[in-house]
Amino acid sequence: MRVQNNETIRVQSSKSRVEKHHIEDLIGRSYMSLCVLLLIVSIVSMVYFVTSRGVSTFTIDKVGFSDFFFGTTWSPEGDHPSFGALPFIAGSFITTLLAALIASPLSICAALFMTEIVPGWGKKLLQPVIELLSGIPSVVYGFVGLSVIVPFLRNVFPGQGIGVAAGALVLSVMILPTITSVAVDALSALPRNLKESSFALGATRWQTIARVIIPTTLPAIMTGVVLGMARAFGEALAVQMVIGNAPFIPTSLFESASTLTSVITLGMGNTTMGSPHNNALWSMALVLMLMTFLFVFIVRMLEKRRSI
Amino acid sequence: MRSKKSWIMALALTSVLALSACGNNGGNNTAANEGNTGASSAPTETSGAEVSGSILASGSTALQPLVEQVAEKFMEKNAGVDIQVQGGGSGTGLTQVAEKQVDIGNSDVFAEEKLKDADAEKAKALVDHQVAVVAIAAVSHPAAGVDTLTKQQLVDIFTGKITNWKEVGGADQKIQIINRPASSGTRATFEKFALGTKTEDLPGSIQEDSSGTVKKIIGETPGAIGYLALSYLDDSVKTLNYDGVEPSVDNVVSGKYPVWAYEHMYTNGEPNATVKAFLDYFQTDEVQNGDVTELGYIPASKMQVSRDVAGNVTNK
Repeated sequence: MRVQNNETIRVQSSKSRVEKHHIEDLIGRSYMSLCVLLLIVSIVSMVYFVTSRGVSTFTIDKVGFSDFFFGTTWSPEGDHPSFGALPFIAGSFITTLLAALIASPLSICAALFMTEIVPGWGKKLLQPVIELLSGIPSVVYGFVGLSVIVPFLRNVFPGQGIGVAAGALVLSVMILPTITSVAVDALSALPRNLKESSFALGATRWQTIARVIIPTTLPAIMTGVVLGMARAFGEALAVQMVIGNAPFIPTSLFESASTLTSVITLGMGNTTMGSPHNNALWSMALVLMLMTFLFVFIVRMLEKRRSI
Repeated sequence: MRSKKSWIMALALTSVLALSACGNNGGNNTAANEGNTGASSAPTETSGAEVSGSILASGSTALQPLVEQVAEKFMEKNAGVDIQVQGGGSGTGLTQVAEKQVDIGNSDVFAEEKLKDADAEKAKALVDHQVAVVAIAAVSHPAAGVDTLTKQQLVDIFTGKITNWKEVGGADQKIQIINRPASSGTRATFEKFALGTKTEDLPGSIQEDSSGTVKKIIGETPGAIGYLALSYLDDSVKTLNYDGVEPSVDNVVSGKYPVWAYEHMYTNGEPNATVKAFLDYFQTDEVQNGDVTELGYIPASKMQVSRDVAGNVTNK
């Protein structure tokens, strides 16, 4: 009798425990599904919105495809409007590549310093500084650029200081933390035995870094560089403040130029939705979005290569 | 606790009442000083009548500080009203008010100038409320050595015909143009009323959208020329006379200085009671001679001339 009672109690309690567990499971799963669904819906609708707005330049306003991508005259409010976006596409690529060229060596050196050369106090000192860099709002970068970098360039180089060089310098500081942190992760994930066998063969520290560590981690470091470039390509405010925004392909590093983002931010608020000028800005936003997809694609390819 | 709270509430209420009473007195006093008695003081008193509801305004960032400040005061007087003011630019304001997403669309330009061609129908539905006037002056770097420029000289500079200050009687210094983006309302006003023609962007010119940045760059860049609203002018830049006329408030009011534009607050159709009360409050002397002048705008009510969409100026 007693045993039987106990068993029935145990069965009952375990039954109720299972039910509670099931309910929690259900709540958790449905909450998560809801969030994921919301995420997918918002991403899809954003892509749809930008695309539909972006293509209306070509479908509604009848701007020629090649006029837009290869035209060099940007005069959207003129009596004979023309929408050549090549100067901005060129400006975006020039500043992004320059910023990556300036920032990559610095970031890789900083990462090597933190992981290989002085892992102790070097990391303790540099890590917070670099994390701090990524937390500074872009308007501050722009203002520092305008107050420090621009006067410096004006005094040292020909031109007015405002221009491609100033934009690239500001951007390079902004993407420094992205490249560095990815490089640090890659370098610290490197198997110890690789390094140790190199040392065992009698290689010096510099030989190990140059011949073993960098070649092995290069795909991962390149991921960081591409991520940094994606950030530089999409950055708007800081660049807009120091680059000058003249709609022309620059002939020198110290000449005023525009990027896709700077033209969009300058024009979007002042134009009415649906006007040809506004549509052309959305087309540029579409170009930006497609470029972001391309950057993500490149990062994926690099990761695939790393895993092999 | 509860009694403490109610005490604070009571204190806050009385202080608000006292403050608004002060505001009213101030408004009436200035009205009396200006000599506009009678009719003008009436709306100030009727603003005590309770209205309620919420108002959403968006648009011009040039007008935003004024609307925000006046909205703040209006909400103090009318506890039931909630006003939200957003920026976004004149184009955004006009688009949103035309599509009834907001109650008021703030704009630096006439709706007809932005809503053209296919959108012209939308502009017809909008009702214009002109709350202030903004005058724009050509400014240069202090070392350019020029006090006044004629209309033709300005046109030649902004179209790239004149590239050195010595050609207009200044220092031997290359001219650096600091422009606004092609879609900017300030640029449209400057081109329409100072130059009389649209200009193309020149290679090497600099474009900035924020007045603060424009002022900073003009003040620091040797040989720079640009244009700013009167409220932004100070000693860091040189204000240039236009055809010999000084860009002063008096010259704008009397119509001698032509480079100015209205600040518009558009509603879609006739406004409802709450929005109307808010817009009427803008026209009171308390606001026109208080907040409007305080923030560097020129009261629309003071203007001795008026101007229509086509730019025809008539004496009031």
